[in-house]
Amino acid sequence: MAKTKLEEINRNIYDIKNKDEYDFKIKKGLTKEIIEEISKQKNDPDWMREFRLKALDVYNKLELPTWGPDISELNMDEIATYVRPKTGLSNSWEDVPEDIKSTFDKLGIPEAEKKSLAGVGAQYDSEVVYHSMKEDLIKQGVVYTDMETAVREYPDLVRDHFMKCVPVNDHKFVALHGAVWSGGSFVYVPKGVKVDIPLQSYFRLNSPESGQFEHTLIIVDEGASLHFIEGCSAPKYNKVNLHAGCVELYVKDNAYLRYSTIENWSKNMLNLNTKKAIVGKNAQVDWVTGSFGSKISMLYPMSILNGEGAKTEYTGISFAGKGQNLDNGFKVVHNAENTSSLVNAKSISKNGGKCTYRSLVRINEKAKNSKSSVSCESLMLDDISISDTIPVNDIRTDEVEFSHEAKIGKISDKTIFYLMSRGLSEEDAKAMIVRGFAYPISKELPVEYAVEMNNLINLELDGAIG
Amino acid sequence: MLLEINDLCVNAEDKEILKGINLKINKGEIHVIMGPNGSGKTTTANAILNNPAYTKIGGNIIFDGQDITNEKTDEIARKGVFMSFQLPEEIPGVSVTNFLKYAKNKVTGEPVKIFSFKEELKKYMEELNMNPKYMERSLNVGFSGGEKKKNEILQMLVLNPKLAILDETDSGLDVDAIKTVSKGIEMFKNENNAVLIITHNTKILHSLKVDYVHVLVNGKIVKTGTQELAKEIEENGYSKYKN
Repeated sequence: MAKTKLEEINRNIYDIKNKDEYDFKIKKGLTKEIIEEISKQKNDPDWMREFRLKALDVYNKLELPTWGPDISELNMDEIATYVRPKTGLSNSWEDVPEDIKSTFDKLGIPEAEKKSLAGVGAQYDSEVVYHSMKEDLIKQGVVYTDMETAVREYPDLVRDHFMKCVPVNDHKFVALHGAVWSGGSFVYVPKGVKVDIPLQSYFRLNSPESGQFEHTLIIVDEGASLHFIEGCSAPKYNKVNLHAGCVELYVKDNAYLRYSTIENWSKNMLNLNTKKAIVGKNAQVDWVTGSFGSKISMLYPMSILNGEGAKTEYTGISFAGKGQNLDNGFKVVHNAENTSSLVNAKSISKNGGKCTYRSLVRINEKAKNSKSSVSCESLMLDDISISDTIPVNDIRTDEVEFSHEAKIGKISDKTIFYLMSRGLSEEDAKAMIVRGFAYPISKELPVEYAVEMNNLINLELDGAIG
Repeated sequence: MLLEINDLCVNAEDKEILKGINLKINKGEIHVIMGPNGSGKTTTANAILNNPAYTKIGGNIIFDGQDITNEKTDEIARKGVFMSFQLPEEIPGVSVTNFLKYAKNKVTGEPVKIFSFKEELKKYMEELNMNPKYMERSLNVGFSGGEKKKNEILQMLVLNPKLAILDETDSGLDVDAIKTVSKGIEMFKNENNAVLIITHNTKILHSLKVDYVHVLVNGKIVKTGTQELAKEIEENGYSKYKN
């Protein structure tokens, strides 16, 4: 059960709306002029400006996906794609304006930084306002900075990797991202360097009717290792906000990367995020994902196992409440011999929420002696909630071990009665069952996030019963 | 008087199961309700804890001076009634320790001191011949039938209720496990609490001394006696009470 004592949780920490103050907010819509203006505001080098304009062309040519949740309510003419906060990038919290700092304080970021992180980045609307990393990592050659700084200071590394793992023609929202991206984190871990304490970037979208398009590019060089954590949240507004970030991970030979996410966007957010990892020989990427927020989420992290002996694990949980449609899952492509993938996905839906697990496992001809094991379990807390599993398994060689297991269940009245006979209220009983269900995932998260996840479960269950 | 059941009539799925049960249990007593399958034994236990799957259509239940007939199950548990289940539920991801710590906090309303709590748990588990590794295992998940029943007795000892209702706790157990369960009941029992054992056979009575035996047939208590009555049923069965 919970590692922490249950305390009164205040949803308000996530819902604090700061005044929509900014240094610059681009006008709504998506035109060549707007892209050029963003590029100018960001002092892009020429190649980046051209890249953006090309991406816009691709965006205009591509159609919306014909599958998955209905996102027709998204009208790009109503979204401001760039909002620069009224502060620059700083490496001291002291220099971050009070209202912005206090938001991150309430989210516990500076506190976590002191206790358990090797570095922190914090993005507010379109720009990173804080970035800092421990001295000893800098000495070892680790780079952890905002994406804009990386474009300026590490042009070759960035040009060689930027949107090469996730090309702009992947789908419409990746093209959109390519055109309007702003902020995000860049990490480079040199050969053989083990970063044993996590780095964490936190993304906060405050401005209404706007979008966040941060770009995260991580290169873990040969034999190196890293744990990277991303968190995201936003206050709730009546109109749609859009998140179309992009995460590109390069895990070179013998390297290890663990990428953890706790996503708690507000319930007016369309979360159309794209994440992909290219994994080298005997390297491993592990994804740990908790998806709680958003009105609609379409998120399918992908591992491409290119090197012999490459491995990937996906451990994810989605929790959909009223009005939420979370279409999440995982994709893996086995391209080399002796590769393996392990998936443990769970979802919880209540109050009419919908969770879909959508996945792809492709094992190509040359990926002999590979293994893939997929397990997904859903829990529905009432009769009006929906859960679905849509797996695509494309196995092109016989020399593999493959298994897929799916379970869909409900909390039985008998179980609730059993727990109530031990003195637990109905709410306590349900929360205990849900926390237990989520435990295999929450134990994979960093402690603070496991606590946050338990709190979110309490929060999500609160008022849902009776 | 700890428990007083008056003219209790209960339906399950619109079928009349209990047709006017009367029962009085004092502190310091061990009672047994015996009866053939389908006589209403499990319904009686569930009705005392007000399982919403059963509908009370008449009568009342007084516990420790308070009418608990229509109280919520968790309220009844917090007042001091415990039930050992015939088929305990499995709760994946919730360890025995964490579950009991949480339940103890709910039942007593007081914070649980972790160190002494774990010591207490270890001691009870030793007495019940339970592998201490079970403390960290998910509640009842992958437990054998016998382990589940012992775990129910463990919960009874930890939560220390005023009235423990044991619904078929002895059924399906081998002789050694039944002795362990009896030992647990003896450890629990004192002058200020009471035990109500519900069973369809008499095995547990070989290793446990009881004060009263009630015979439940077709939704009514047809005879009340002492341990001798159990012996008689062991020899002759229920047939003479069935008509």
